[in-house]
Amino acid sequence: MALLEVRDLKMYYRTLRGHVRAVDSVSFDIERGKALGVAGESGCGKSSMASAVLRLLPSNGEYHGGVITMDGEDILHMPEEAFRQNVRWSKISMVFQGAMNALNPVHRVGEQIVEAILQHEKMSHERAVERAEGLLDLVGINPKRFGEYPHEFSGGMKQRAVIAMSLACHPSLIIADEPTTALDVMVQAQILKAMAELRARLDLSMMLITHDLSVIAQTCDSIAVMYAGKIVEYGSVYDVYGSPVHPYAMGLVESFPNIHAERSAVRSLPGFPPNLLAPPSGCRFHPRCPLADEECMREDPPFRQIGTTGHMAACHKAEIVQQGVDVWAQ
Amino acid sequence: MGAVAAKADKKQFQQGDVIMEVRNLTKYFPVRLSLVQSLRTDNPPVLKAVDDVSFDVYKGEVLGIVGESGCGKTTLARTMLRLTDATSGSVNLEEVNVMGLNPLEMKNLRRKMQVIFQDPYESMNPRMNVQTIISEPLRIQGIARTVHDARDVVTSVLADVEMIPPEEYMSRYPHELSGGQRQRVAVARALALDPDFIVADEPVSMLDVSIRGEVLNLMLNLSREKGVTFVYITHDLATARHICDRIAVMYLGKIVEMGTAEEIIRNPLHPYTTALIGAVFVPDPTHRGISEVLKGEIPSPVHPPAGCHLHPRCPYTMDICKEVEPSFLLYEGTHQAACHKAEKARG
Ligand SMILES: Nc1ncnc2c1ncn2[C@@H]1O[C@H](COP(=O)(O)OP(=O)(O)OP(=O)(O)O)[C@@H](O)[C@H]1O
Ligand SMILES: Nc1ncnc2c1ncn2[C@@H]1O[C@H](COP(=O)(O)OP(=O)(O)OP(=O)(O)O)[C@@H](O)[C@H]1O
Ligand SMILES: [Mg+2]
Ligand SMILES: [Mg+2]
Repeated sequence: MALLEVRDLKMYYRTLRGHVRAVDSVSFDIERGKALGVAGESGCGKSSMASAVLRLLPSNGEYHGGVITMDGEDILHMPEEAFRQNVRWSKISMVFQGAMNALNPVHRVGEQIVEAILQHEKMSHERAVERAEGLLDLVGINPKRFGEYPHEFSGGMKQRAVIAMSLACHPSLIIADEPTTALDVMVQAQILKAMAELRARLDLSMMLITHDLSVIAQTCDSIAVMYAGKIVEYGSVYDVYGSPVHPYAMGLVESFPNIHAERSAVRSLPGFPPNLLAPPSGCRFHPRCPLADEECMREDPPFRQIGTTGHMAACHKAEIVQQGVDVWAQ
Repeated sequence: MGAVAAKADKKQFQQGDVIMEVRNLTKYFPVRLSLVQSLRTDNPPVLKAVDDVSFDVYKGEVLGIVGESGCGKTTLARTMLRLTDATSGSVNLEEVNVMGLNPLEMKNLRRKMQVIFQDPYESMNPRMNVQTIISEPLRIQGIARTVHDARDVVTSVLADVEMIPPEEYMSRYPHELSGGQRQRVAVARALALDPDFIVADEPVSMLDVSIRGEVLNLMLNLSREKGVTFVYITHDLATARHICDRIAVMYLGKIVEMGTAEEIIRNPLHPYTTALIGAVFVPDPTHRGISEVLKGEIPSPVHPPAGCHLHPRCPYTMDICKEVEPSFLLYEGTHQAACHKAEKARG
């Protein structure tokens, strides 16, 4: 049994023009101590999937089915009170997209961490300060800087502070939504290295949301590639990067240039993602797919195992792609 | 994409004529002080955004300028094009000293030099359609009086950026285009005046990765086919490696290493370049783990460290690095670097 199991989860946004099907029947596991990367173009539903797992939907967000279990326990249907007390922040915590810019500018960084601790655990302020200093140390910030304000921190330090905050209640799973996107390459590498060390030390599982497939390749165990609200390919990073079976996943992997490879043209994936209010019929990727035929326009492809155990994809043509066709060559 | 990619592969740049000479270019910004501070000092501090930079740009090449945020890339570009005045130093474009031109001469020269900015949303008026946007520089330069006059040019530059058929796109507004198409329009607008020299400042960093390639390959093809010189400013060393003929690496206002993309990536001489390459992630899971990264953060450009600017973060610091600024020396081929360790290793 995996630490977190998500099955057929559906979460739509109600809007005046209909439902935005942002999370549409997604299934994945996160194993204890392992990291799952979630990738896909802007707007494909990555952040929505994360908020759906943490049950933090905006007022127009609605579940339309599915199961989420943690350690075998149904956490999607448990009463909100129980979820808040026993799961959110204490078992699953999250570093929100852009969180480092959401630090309160008028409060000292250390006190903001203390507040996060005291909100979820009963202890003296003194003990909480001690814990907060420990957390700062853990993420590589000198605890002496406890009393500084956010504007005295660089971007990288703010991001570290936000990560420290997410660790306040010793979660077993941390969801990090684009934790390094706004940061410079060197700082990104520093932060991701610190996170990898933390995970090893604390046996933390992670869901790392990023549009950067290079980051996932080097830091995660498995990957879910999302397109238009669905997971189109899922499996170990070795399977998905080594032999992608969905044309979208293949194209996305190929559009990331490898700095160590021979000089070659940077590839791209023509077209753009659909409007989720009225996604295309059949396979949502069919308008952009070079392999699409009549079946793809008509039938929504099932999410099924292709090849190796645990390597899943939703594509009618997966077997053809698997034989090594360069889908995007012309 | 495929067709574009194939064309790009075959053509290698041949080093030839120099189109631009940059010599000792320096741009300092005043640092705002409180009244008390300013009374205490005779020598007000300055922020050295670009600090004594010299290099040549070859005709028809794609030159990458890479480095972390704040290292001075945009300021260097703006001073090169004289969009802002340099503190000192010179820039010669085809033997014309850009710094010595009067406003009218400068306006004429602007036709030859264009710039493309990072944000395709901000750099375009949302109420103008594509035809109006692209013809704007022609009208400003007085080459076309009306949008209609410029129609032929607009049609041809839209075709150059592969927005075909052009008629279909001319009447569209920015919000009716994809991010990649919007950035193509920005390139088309830069091409309208038939420039020889284009600076593209982070032209794809706002785009989804899936479409970056199309804009980058477009730049590469234009440089190959029309002989346009591109200066590509980016913090993304991975795309620079594949797009650029040569790469200049900046740190704290200085170029610390420069050479062909091959020389820089395969055989970096400066520890900063090595660290920058090490910090780049690769889309390959067999390449696990993250290599050693430089400690700490970039110091303030107001008080850069003495000697070699990198010395407080460098794993190889020697005594000399703390005191003497290394000179920018030529190594093998076109490879230049400013590093005491490299100098010592060479003997
Ligand atoms: N509250 C909301 N109401 C209606 N639609 C929404 C709402 N929040 C998000 N959406 C839409 O749901 C889709 C998925 O959004 P989401 O933020 O999950 O994407 P994402 O993959 O995280 O994108 P990014 O990479 O840009 O962060 C988008 O089409 C978005 O416009
Ligand atoms: N108009 C200005 N006045 C004062 N300081 C400035 C000005 N423009 C830039 N600077 C400073 O000069 C330095 C170099 O800035 P510049 O914008 O050139 O960097 P950059 O390499 O382009 O960074 P980025 O990758 O973030 O775009 C920075 O420290 C910046 O704060
Ligand atoms: Mg998001
Ligand atoms: Mg800049």
